[in-house]
Amino acid sequence: MAQTILHKAETRGHANHGWLNSYHSFSFANYYNPDRMHFGALRVLNDDTVDAGKGFGTHPHDNMEIISIPLEGDLEHKDSMNNVAVIKNGDIQAMSAGTGIYHSEYNKDREHRVKFLQIWVYPDKKNVEPRYDQITLNLEDRHNKLQQILSPNPDDEGVWIHQNAWFHLGKFDKGVSAEYDIKAKGNGVYVFVLTGEVRVNDQLLNTRDGYGIWDTDKFTITAETDAEFLLMEVPMIQ
Amino acid sequence: MSKTEILVICRHQGILETVVRLINNNPDWHATGAATDEEAIAAFMALSFTLVLLGSGIEQESENKIRAEFVARDPSVIIVQHYGGGSGLLAAEIYQALNGPH
Repeated sequence: MAQTILHKAETRGHANHGWLNSYHSFSFANYYNPDRMHFGALRVLNDDTVDAGKGFGTHPHDNMEIISIPLEGDLEHKDSMNNVAVIKNGDIQAMSAGTGIYHSEYNKDREHRVKFLQIWVYPDKKNVEPRYDQITLNLEDRHNKLQQILSPNPDDEGVWIHQNAWFHLGKFDKGVSAEYDIKAKGNGVYVFVLTGEVRVNDQLLNTRDGYGIWDTDKFTITAETDAEFLLMEVPMIQ
Repeated sequence: MSKTEILVICRHQGILETVVRLINNNPDWHATGAATDEEAIAAFMALSFTLVLLGSGIEQESENKIRAEFVARDPSVIIVQHYGGGSGLLAAEIYQALNGPH
């Protein structure tokens, strides 16, 4: 029988630094909740808003798979591998920090804020060579269907990471349903509602709610209103 | 009240310095950094550590050796993998290691 866990939007950790307003689904920085440490290999789900002209100065990472998805506005990324890129609304970037990397993330726009999701997944292999991958997604590919945006396979749709994980986006009209089949035995899925209301099996979810489901082969997701959502399938590591 | 002594082992010098600095920002913790196995073992012999954080770049053979030596000397020492490189995961990792089941 499926196991589930519900994380209502308002139960997330919150930090407002002025230039950065961040909601943490799992323990992060000064937000520590021993009951909210991770969902399987999904360790960080931060819902960030960065003011115009502001950002995260150069800082290090290692041994995490870091995925950035702008929801509004663009983010400039620079890293110690000499990559400079703008991650635009509609793009997804995956960075394998591996043995260690420095990077910065800035909102270069002088007038508008940027809203983005920063998602960290434990890698299935430590100390890999750092690398990054970025693509532009076709919005139509998620209209009333599930669009794969991340997988473990460099040859598959979306970006790839060092983990047996699959991410999908959906932008469904009211009343549209889809069935999601878990791709790997032992994996669970964390559903994050970006906008609107969805129902996962019998569970109603609102904007920015999180819902984990595991010990099941599949589930049904139905848009109760026009809705956008992110499905993150990850190994249910302890 | 004495601080909790934490040994950080990491091959990436910049990340090692960052992690040590972040830990030392907490008034209840004190970090010592080591980039090599020799430095780590010497530090562990010189001071009583409650927690050891294993950072990036440590080869599996080194990790096995370090774990064996440390546990032989102090079976109560807590040894955990540090993920993230001095990022927002550090404090929660330490709290969980110090307060959770081992």
